[in-house]
Amino acid sequence: MTTDDTGHTSTDGPAETGGDTELAGQQSPGPVTVFLVDDHALFRAGAKAELQSISDEIRVVGEAGSVGEAVAGITRMRPQVVLLDVHMPDGGGAEVLRRLRGELPDVVFLALSVSDAAEDVIAVIRAGARGYVTKTISSAELVKAIVRVSGGDAVFSPRLAGFVLDAFAERPGAEPISDPELDQLTPRERDVLRLLARGYAYKEIASELFISVKTVETHVSSVLRKTQLSNRYELSRWATDRRLV
Amino acid sequence: MDDVQEQAADGRPARSRPTGGADAPDAGTRVSADGPQATGAQATGALPTGPVTGGDGGAGDAWQTPPKMYRRRGGRALAGVAGGLADHLGVKVLWVRAAFAVLAGLGGLGLMSYGLLWAFVPQERRDTAREELTGRQRQQAYGLIALGVGLSVVGGVLSGVLTGWAGLPVAVVLVGVAVVWREADETQRRRWRKGAKSGVAGVVFGGGGVSATIRVLAGVVLVIAGIGMIMLRGSGLAQVQFAFVSVLATLIGVALLTVPFWLRLVRDLGDERRARIRTEERAEIAAHLHDSVLQTLALIQKRSDHPREVTRLARGQERQLRAWLYGPNGYGTPTRDSSGNRDGSGNRDGSGNRDGTAPADGAVGDTESAPATLAQAVAAACGEIEDTFAISVQQVVVGDVELDDGLTALVQAAREAIVNAAKHAGVDEVSVYAEVEPTSVTAFVRDRGSGFDPDAVPDDRHGLSDSIRGRMERGGGTCRVRTSPGEGTEIQLEMPRASGAGSTDTGSGGAGGDTGTAAAHDRHAAHASDRAAQGAAS
Repeated sequence: MTTDDTGHTSTDGPAETGGDTELAGQQSPGPVTVFLVDDHALFRAGAKAELQSISDEIRVVGEAGSVGEAVAGITRMRPQVVLLDVHMPDGGGAEVLRRLRGELPDVVFLALSVSDAAEDVIAVIRAGARGYVTKTISSAELVKAIVRVSGGDAVFSPRLAGFVLDAFAERPGAEPISDPELDQLTPRERDVLRLLARGYAYKEIASELFISVKTVETHVSSVLRKTQLSNRYELSRWATDRRLV
Repeated sequence: MDDVQEQAADGRPARSRPTGGADAPDAGTRVSADGPQATGAQATGALPTGPVTGGDGGAGDAWQTPPKMYRRRGGRALAGVAGGLADHLGVKVLWVRAAFAVLAGLGGLGLMSYGLLWAFVPQERRDTAREELTGRQRQQAYGLIALGVGLSVVGGVLSGVLTGWAGLPVAVVLVGVAVVWREADETQRRRWRKGAKSGVAGVVFGGGGVSATIRVLAGVVLVIAGIGMIMLRGSGLAQVQFAFVSVLATLIGVALLTVPFWLRLVRDLGDERRARIRTEERAEIAAHLHDSVLQTLALIQKRSDHPREVTRLARGQERQLRAWLYGPNGYGTPTRDSSGNRDGSGNRDGSGNRDGTAPADGAVGDTESAPATLAQAVAAACGEIEDTFAISVQQVVVGDVELDDGLTALVQAAREAIVNAAKHAGVDEVSVYAEVEPTSVTAFVRDRGSGFDPDAVPDDRHGLSDSIRGRMERGGGTCRVRTSPGEGTEIQLEMPRASGAGSTDTGSGGAGGDTGTAAAHDRHAAHASDRAAQGAAS
């Protein structure tokens, strides 16, 4: 199979035949298959080179520079993890998520952006991404994040943790809570988020709160679920007011 | 090749334009206006010149929105409405024309809708070489027009709306209007072709020469005659009434005749405004990029042998660009209300560039002001330290509040803590987290650096004890240090909120300061409400 017809160079030759579809969505012992979506070719090239060189845990199986290419490429390659740029023409990362989430529930999306604006971050998380990291992240950290989301965890950068805390904050005069299950964080979840925002790693959070790393992961996943499903005014506002730059 | 073309012409007349003319005149069933054309078109239309209506019709584009509707300019019988609608719907133009004709029989519905579409659907803009109608297509089209008009007259007579000869003057008015409107289309088309701006006369006659003038005048005469006939038939009115009605009739006639010109005026005005706004925006962006990014890039090139300096320049520039794009008055954020998250870097408006080599001082000068809120102050302090020590300060601020004396002390203490980390920890990243809570504001400065043994700190090191602890305690706050050699350092600062505590937190407002202080010692596990409870218990 060649990918020239859709205009993106997909893989290095030998990796191509390695049975991408078989790997789809499974926790295989091999490297995590990653698909890059970014409208800047320069960034794609840099990220690909760095990801491949820094670790053999990652294998970049394809890349795309637009929403259309991304949808076609991801559907065909079935990577385990998609690194998704938030800002692209034609709707950006949220649009890719919207088109693919239902179809490919096994593919995990990790949003990657320079924006750092709350509305972008929240919008793409609510569209279904399992994490958000900024492009200034070090390559080693990025690899860790990719491996972690491929295992089903959520990845919250300190900044995302801050946004989520802010969105769930109890404010005087805020809208009444309609669904306590989804619209409020438990005290424990709040503690975990605060420590995340302070730059703690999961292991450090676990020892700080005297809980297991597994429990930390559970709390973070639960926060992610609430962020995606809650109808809190702050969250929906960020999702709808989103403006592409 | 021919097969493909035929398929295209039959199946999707609107989307693909056949190129050859081998099978032109006998294709009686193929009424599509872009059907294969007689010899003239062969030379010019040798290649498909791309999609006519915006969508290529390829399978890959299936999700694209349907092409916007335009009236056809070429290959039209009257105004290109039917053709445009056929393009838009992806059906054969013959069906659309037939539908209009049939609808015309239903109380003139077809005429009415055709007229409305004519008035409100803009003409196709591009000078795409559309083939003209073949003789046969033209015959069919005109036949359908006649049929439509006839049907509407018959329908009108049958339903009693038009009695006797009333149908004739109405028809005359309609024909007159059609002639003038069509001429207006031609004028617009000529104007596009020449790209010329035209005055009032140009709007009406469009430089179309004598024949155009004659056509317009003929149309006007027809309309006047028709309206006059209607008026005369309604005679028997008193003089005053007659004068009144005739003025009204004249106004209606003029309004009818000038509809296309008014519409075009409005559209042109909108186009011009959009163009002007675009130009201004472009100029603003260019000016900003020149003042900031280009200057920085020039500096970076000059200092490319100083990696530290390059990093510093790049960070400072990134911060400014972010502030410009996402900041509260930023380019990319039209309105962001006060309850929004204060993204530290986005909110930064004092640049804190300390030495003259920093780029784009001019660009920042106009926004340079003392920070008014906690988030701004924290962002300013972090930016300043990033610039000075060439480290990265990752800051997260949750909530925001106006600065007061206590909070200023908190920010200064935090700043000192970051400086300490930058100087002594031996790391290139420091995390800062600040949160506004109902009764207090907390801040954490953390590095993963070398750490130190608090008991072994020599007495002559004043940074921690004076600048941080002293500042906090004078303001009524507390300071805690967690560190040990090799483990990194975290400075935890907490300052009670001077005001607003009572209004946001029920009951515990008065005891806020003490509560916060007591709880600070194990605040990691503390939730706001838990804390209030603790305070009440103690």
